[in-house]
Amino acid sequence: MEFYRSQVLVCTGTGCTSSGSKDIIAEFEARIKENGLENEVKVVHTGCFGLCETGPVVIVYPEGAFYSHIKVTDVARIVSEHLLKGRIVRDLLYTHSVDEDDRIRSLDDVSFYKKQKRIALRNCGVINPEAIDEYIAFDGYKALEKCLFEYTGDEGRDAIIDTIIKSGLRGRGGGGFPTGLKWKFAKAPKSDIKYVCCNADEGDPGAFMDRSVLEGDPHAVLEAMAIAGYCIGAQQGYIYVRAEYPIAVHRLRIAINQAREYGLLGNNIFGTDFSFDIDLRLGSGAFVCGEETALLASIEGGRGEPRPRPPFPAVKGLFGKPTLLNNVETYANICQIILNGADWFASMGTEKSKGTKVFALGGKIVNTGLVEIPMGTTLREVIFDIGGGIPNGRKFKAAQTGGPSGGCIPASHLDTPIDYDNLTAIGSMMGSGGMIVMDEDNCMVNIAKFFLEFTVDESCGKCPPCRIGTRRMLEILEKITSGNGEPEDLDKLEKLATNIKASALCGLGQTAPNPVLSTLRYFRDEYEAHIYEHRCPAGVCKALLNYHIDPEKCKGCSLCARNCPVGAITGEIKKPYVIDNAKCIKCGACIEKCKFGAIERK
Amino acid sequence: MKSLQELEAIRKRTLEGIQLRKEHDGTRVVVGMATCGIAAGARPVLAAFMDEVSTRSLQGVTVSQTGCIGVCRLEPIVEIYKPGMDKVTYVKVTPDMVGKIVTEHIVNDRVVEEYTIGYYESNRK
Repeated sequence: MEFYRSQVLVCTGTGCTSSGSKDIIAEFEARIKENGLENEVKVVHTGCFGLCETGPVVIVYPEGAFYSHIKVTDVARIVSEHLLKGRIVRDLLYTHSVDEDDRIRSLDDVSFYKKQKRIALRNCGVINPEAIDEYIAFDGYKALEKCLFEYTGDEGRDAIIDTIIKSGLRGRGGGGFPTGLKWKFAKAPKSDIKYVCCNADEGDPGAFMDRSVLEGDPHAVLEAMAIAGYCIGAQQGYIYVRAEYPIAVHRLRIAINQAREYGLLGNNIFGTDFSFDIDLRLGSGAFVCGEETALLASIEGGRGEPRPRPPFPAVKGLFGKPTLLNNVETYANICQIILNGADWFASMGTEKSKGTKVFALGGKIVNTGLVEIPMGTTLREVIFDIGGGIPNGRKFKAAQTGGPSGGCIPASHLDTPIDYDNLTAIGSMMGSGGMIVMDEDNCMVNIAKFFLEFTVDESCGKCPPCRIGTRRMLEILEKITSGNGEPEDLDKLEKLATNIKASALCGLGQTAPNPVLSTLRYFRDEYEAHIYEHRCPAGVCKALLNYHIDPEKCKGCSLCARNCPVGAITGEIKKPYVIDNAKCIKCGACIEKCKFGAIERK
Repeated sequence: MKSLQELEAIRKRTLEGIQLRKEHDGTRVVVGMATCGIAAGARPVLAAFMDEVSTRSLQGVTVSQTGCIGVCRLEPIVEIYKPGMDKVTYVKVTPDMVGKIVTEHIVNDRVVEEYTIGYYESNRK
């Protein structure tokens, strides 16, 4: 490999790509050439660094200078100052990477990264995901080699599975089932054909953990699947990935082809009698296909509908054969466990939840992005220390984890250590790792309605509790947010929720009431305010809002009246104006226009 | 199909190229590359260091530039930070001198006295 004195890493994850990192790369290449530096400086495409909020992100090594919010027009300066003359362009650096004495801090010391522990994301933002050699350089395919040569025969395979059981790794897709046991169950049945599948149908709103792993380190998943194939006796793997993840699909294709070229997938891997290959299957955007039986049905070419279990996929899965199905992030941990040992992995985390978990931070938070933390880290640390807290001086109200299957966690539980069991105990769940932060301006009834709208939309319709039940719940929520709620609605909601949980066919339906139940548990007062006082405390539910002009503050300039689209505001110049609430459509145009802050919404 | 040996070779070869991105405490060669340095011919010196490090496949050596060190009359200036040794400043460096600096100083831990700033200053008339 050529020796370069400096490398420019540009994030080409989805976030940074959509904010223009492709153009930035092109500009870097052009400018570097213009300055005759093409043999000294290399531009590298990488996966997500995690701090999506500050994208497009560029890191220049060896200095480790972390440039944020880079525009195409900034590139010329970075090249002529930093790359040519060695002078770091300080005003373009990520502010938190420069300390008070104006010294540049190592990236690991920036508070966003300091509390993180990157295992599943270890290569994201470090290697070029389209270059298998770079993956190999950081111990890639070493775990597969170790398995094939040091763990031979049936005992060997059992020993690998034992290692995974001992590590305490649990499924990262949401359910939290012990991964090693799943492998054991899939190995047990005698069958000449078995399958290893990967669930990359990440569908929770606001979640992009698996996407980032696939985009930043696709080989980690391929290698782990091959190991799984070796353990359970499968020769074929399928990755079921959303078609809405074009970059992930593209990089997976490249990775699979490269691995085949190197003989790391295909027949007789490393000259042994083990053969394994992987193909992609694209999902077309049905949330329910993230449920394992629906996913397998979809791979088979059928309609993505769940079926009752048992039989579990480990016994009767894809095409009726024993099948092992794990989520992307689960696979991303496997090779590290094999290389570093079960004890190493089990040394992190809490008693029943080991290792780390990736979360996609979103909503009302300063550092929107991707974080990986040891299990047992508190919500407060994630939201305030790593996430940087709530923007615009607002107050934290709740964090939503687990997507449409999860729940809202209020401020009183901020110090709960995050693990599977704790989150379930406080009425939410780990889920796949979306974390949406909400502040005082979010109406919790409205949030519950949003998630329920999502599940009603995504319900496959096979079982009545989910198909009809969730719709009935949504109707009640709509009634409440439109100001027509009745006191008995809350009981009805709770009863429906409990019944749906008990009777729905698959995970989607069984967990769909969670957002309602958890908000009812912690924010019942907001529901009651909607019902009894016809008031939305957060000022979100339009139907419950009234606009009012404070006669003390109104100067009678008529600006509001002239901007009201429905002519609901009347008055005489230089005298206070009045809003006719019968005509008002609550669009808020008047508030924006008023220069004196005279219009209030309550 | 790649054999295990080939895989190991790829690993070793690629790692050399991307080590730069990991935290390390190896040797740093810093070339003064402000306007004064560039005018005095720092670029060919920098290139010569890169060639030398690359052809010898030296591990853990980074070559980078810095701004003006302050003694522009002595440019091109090269400073070498090697763990366990004091920082050494070489002055009026030319590409011809680079081979010797790398062999003696970086590989064999022997400072090339006659190129250092101290030697230059004390032997100046």
